[in-house]
Amino acid sequence: MREMLHGSKAVAKAVKLCDVDVVAAYPITPQTPIVEYIAQMVADGELRAEYIMVESEHTAMSACIGASATGARTFTATSSQGLAYMHEVLWIASGMRLPIVMVNANRALSAPINIWNDQSDSMAERDSGWVQIYVETNQEALDSVIQAYRIAEDREVLLPVMVCMDGFVLTHTMEPVDVPPKEEVDRFLPPFEPEVKLDPEEPVTMGALGEPQWYMEFRKQQDVAMERALHKVKEVDAEFSRVFGRGYGVLEEYGDDDAEVVLLTLGSLAGTIKDVVDGQENVRLVRLRLFRPLPEEDIAEALRGASVVGVLEKDIALGLGEGALCTEVKKLCYDYGIDARVLSFVCGLGGRDVRMEDVEHAIQVCRQAARGEKVNRTTWLGLREVAP
Amino acid sequence: MKPGAVISEPGSTVRNRTGGWRVFRPVFDMKRCIDCGNCWIFCPECCVSRSEEGEYSANLDYCKGCGICANECPTEAISMELEEK
Ligand code: SF4
Ligand code: SF4
Repeated sequence: MREMLHGSKAVAKAVKLCDVDVVAAYPITPQTPIVEYIAQMVADGELRAEYIMVESEHTAMSACIGASATGARTFTATSSQGLAYMHEVLWIASGMRLPIVMVNANRALSAPINIWNDQSDSMAERDSGWVQIYVETNQEALDSVIQAYRIAEDREVLLPVMVCMDGFVLTHTMEPVDVPPKEEVDRFLPPFEPEVKLDPEEPVTMGALGEPQWYMEFRKQQDVAMERALHKVKEVDAEFSRVFGRGYGVLEEYGDDDAEVVLLTLGSLAGTIKDVVDGQENVRLVRLRLFRPLPEEDIAEALRGASVVGVLEKDIALGLGEGALCTEVKKLCYDYGIDARVLSFVCGLGGRDVRMEDVEHAIQVCRQAARGEKVNRTTWLGLREVAP
Repeated sequence: MKPGAVISEPGSTVRNRTGGWRVFRPVFDMKRCIDCGNCWIFCPECCVSRSEEGEYSANLDYCKGCGICANECPTEAISMELEEK
């Protein structure tokens, strides 16, 4: 059924469709409406789940870990400082191979205090062993949560999944969303049945010590699971699109097939860039949907023919002078022998609006580089001119 | 190797002989002992035992030499002595 939904409500509906057993959460702007909607559903008896109110995000994730270890399907949502506060427990969830699904409503990190959108929060967790999916629309947010459980709970994978959606831009904006019928979701997503779980009948120990003679092997297992997750994300998305008629892949290409300038971005910014690309020639957008595991081969293929790649991202790796994704694109160009100039465009930090003019400016810089003119390796879009 | 380092054999930790960490060993002087049970209850390794005759001793396979028993003993019946191998 098609409904007008805020992104946060679309997520809550997905949680309900997935028959989540345990939700543990702590409110933080702009994620709060997600868990408020879920709390309402539980209170109204629409969703038969245990809703655990906790005193912090650290505890929210810890409660999800405990619940997931018993074989319960678990969900939580957070943002910014909340995600940062979860940091150490994120590694425990992934190290224990628990298929927890979390929505991160992307928001800037303090200081200065800022509640608005950028993606520094989830970028900072890129090595924590969580699969990361960045969505462009509210529809994709709903669909990705459903897909996330299939990916996470697959016995070949068993990794937690973070669905990242831009705070306010998606969470607080209404879009028409097709909410699939429950029976179809039930068929697509069978109940979670882990091979091992905490069960008094068959006792096991989870989260024990891993001494130097074993620790590395467990990390290697996680790395292999990440490789498998790449295939699983594609497989699950392909099946999803057969059943529901919508698919996203690990990335999306938009614009000129043989453009010499290729822009790369994550999340909702793709919408603005598509509008700009519509009015220009010789430029293509690659919207990366899966960031962890990084689909390097797919990105390399999507960059074909490009002489300049402009990476527009809402984060800055301080001390490196460019966005984190940009560095990774440079790395894969090296690995895949792609001879393209990769430029960083830092934009939208702390909720700064990224206007069409900003995207046009980025394209212009890329074209200058393509002509062999000297350009800076990093450009901050829409930055005021102030004395440093 | 189960994913997530799950240990499916309960109680297998006993194979980890923590006694190897010890620098000081507890030596019990039963003449001073008043049978209060403090050493038995406070030992974090649960390795102090009481025999039927009421004699206390530490299982040196697991005693890591922390000295908590000696600290908690009200009559100073336990002394910590340097291991000399
Ligand atoms: S030294 Fe520590 S480990 Fe050893 S018996 Fe005393 S309390 Fe237990
Ligand atoms: S703590 Fe000291 S007095 Fe008490 S039981 Fe142990 S050895 Fe005896």
